[in-house]
Amino acid sequence: MSFDYATALGSANFNNPIFTASGCAGSGKELSQFFELRELGALVTKSIMVKPRSGRATPRMAETPSGMLNSIGLQGPGIDTFLENDIPWLREQGVAIVVSIAGESVEDYAVLARKMRAVPGISALEVNISCPNVENRGQVFACNPETARAAIEAVRRNIGGELPIIAKLTPDVTNIADIAEEVVAAGADALALINTVLAMVIDTNTMRPKLAGFTGGLSGPAIRPIAVRAIYQVHARLPHVKILGMGGVSSGRDALELILAGASAISIGTATFGDPTACLRIKDELETLLVERGFNSLKEAVGYAHREVTQ
Amino acid sequence: MNKFAEQITSEIISNKKVGAYHHMVFSVGDIAKHAKPGNFVAISIGGATSSMVLRRAFAIYRASDRGVSGGFVELVIAPHGPGSIWLTSLAPGATVNLVGPLGTAFGIPTEPVKALLVGGGYGSAPLFGLSEILKSRGCRVDMVLGASSAMKIYAPLEGKRSVSSLTITTDDGSVGTPGKVSDVIPSLIANNGIEIIYSCGPMGMLEAITKIAEEFGVMHQCAIEESMACGIGVCMTCVLPIKGEDGVIRMLRSCIDGPVVDGSSVIWNSKRKIPEGTWGAN
Repeated sequence: MSFDYATALGSANFNNPIFTASGCAGSGKELSQFFELRELGALVTKSIMVKPRSGRATPRMAETPSGMLNSIGLQGPGIDTFLENDIPWLREQGVAIVVSIAGESVEDYAVLARKMRAVPGISALEVNISCPNVENRGQVFACNPETARAAIEAVRRNIGGELPIIAKLTPDVTNIADIAEEVVAAGADALALINTVLAMVIDTNTMRPKLAGFTGGLSGPAIRPIAVRAIYQVHARLPHVKILGMGGVSSGRDALELILAGASAISIGTATFGDPTACLRIKDELETLLVERGFNSLKEAVGYAHREVTQ
Repeated sequence: MNKFAEQITSEIISNKKVGAYHHMVFSVGDIAKHAKPGNFVAISIGGATSSMVLRRAFAIYRASDRGVSGGFVELVIAPHGPGSIWLTSLAPGATVNLVGPLGTAFGIPTEPVKALLVGGGYGSAPLFGLSEILKSRGCRVDMVLGASSAMKIYAPLEGKRSVSSLTITTDDGSVGTPGKVSDVIPSLIANNGIEIIYSCGPMGMLEAITKIAEEFGVMHQCAIEESMACGIGVCMTCVLPIKGEDGVIRMLRSCIDGPVVDGSSVIWNSKRKIPEGTWGAN
């Protein structure tokens, strides 16, 4: 019997569980010179906003032990240019597309959802309500149950049809399962866990924060145990809600860990910076590990760590 | 985007200490055939269990597709951080994961011109290959190399031979003219009828050269140095503000829209702030 690698998030089906992470695959073109994008379970686009955005000033990056801080600030062309230039090209590649959107207000999320409503060939919508790189931390919708709910409701009301909504949450909260419950009640079909962790590096020569934006989002293997914890907690509370897991996955072994915690698919972010073909390597490694452990399908392994130990 | 970029396992052919730097040769197959002066490579650091997750970018010093074991590239590496210290500690025979060639290259004029090449520290490395190409096109090539001290001047003998004149400056005066490269460039432009400047080095130096180039009305192509996480255009960390032909300032990626850019298009001294009027400024 051949191994079944297929997965699903809400009503969207994917050939395999390895996705890019939003903000870590450019427009897709940059990675396409290293591998065929259709090999991915899905390409998750960089979070797109209503208007063009320059992003933050430099320095935007600081390498840290087993990780890095970024403070890009959602640089991008705005939804109209994105839909005109990027989406048609991605559709031609035959890769499943998950569009990530980010807003500065509840109204922005409504506008973005309306713009996405009539766009064909999209598998799902990732609603980024947790980008740490915004001027005002009050804008991190996912830090607060009411704002998290309001943003997701705005998308749900305006998206219409069947397009699954994946709400992307931050681990920088007291209880991530509470926030998860709120956004699911508001209409999210699946959850993306976790966004980067708010962090800071101080340059000990200049004795000032290294990043122009002072704080940045920590990513890479350093945050993987936080991702495992967050996914485990949310899967325990909401076992029927599918999770797109991410946070420092750089090998098949790491991907397996997040799947055992409860993730149904895995986004690869920082690992791609160090290895342009990381997604394909991890896809192969994960399949081998699952087969070695006797699983007949990916789905059997999702949340396996929650099972009671039996003799 | 450099359409020739590939990801390969590369063997180190040699590693020699030269002054404050290491001259290293890497076996790279077809990458050598497509590498042009100004292009760079990005190398994984620290081995499989490393806590350093990001690649390091290095300008290509020279490339040849006619080595004993196929194509090779030569790099000049300053061991100044944990990543470059690790890389320069590797012995011949060791392998690294390498992506290249990446980025834009210096533009080569179609007519013979009088060119001035300016390098700061190990920034001189890509200029020697450029010099050879310019000479083969009938150009006159003058060169200025500057650094803080004599140990940090990278100027191999064969490189010196390939230029019509070589001027060296050091901050401490330990070799050549005491001072900065920008102190000697104006007289070289005036005396030698320079029409184009090519430069590579620290951002402050490139900014100073841009000012001089504008005063004298000569063209200036520079290879910029911004810290990068990926080198392939996906991370958006290595951006800098560049004014396009349409007059609009955009945050462009130095890894794929650069590293070689027209000096006059760069909004210099923009660390820690987004210049006013930048597209999408927020």
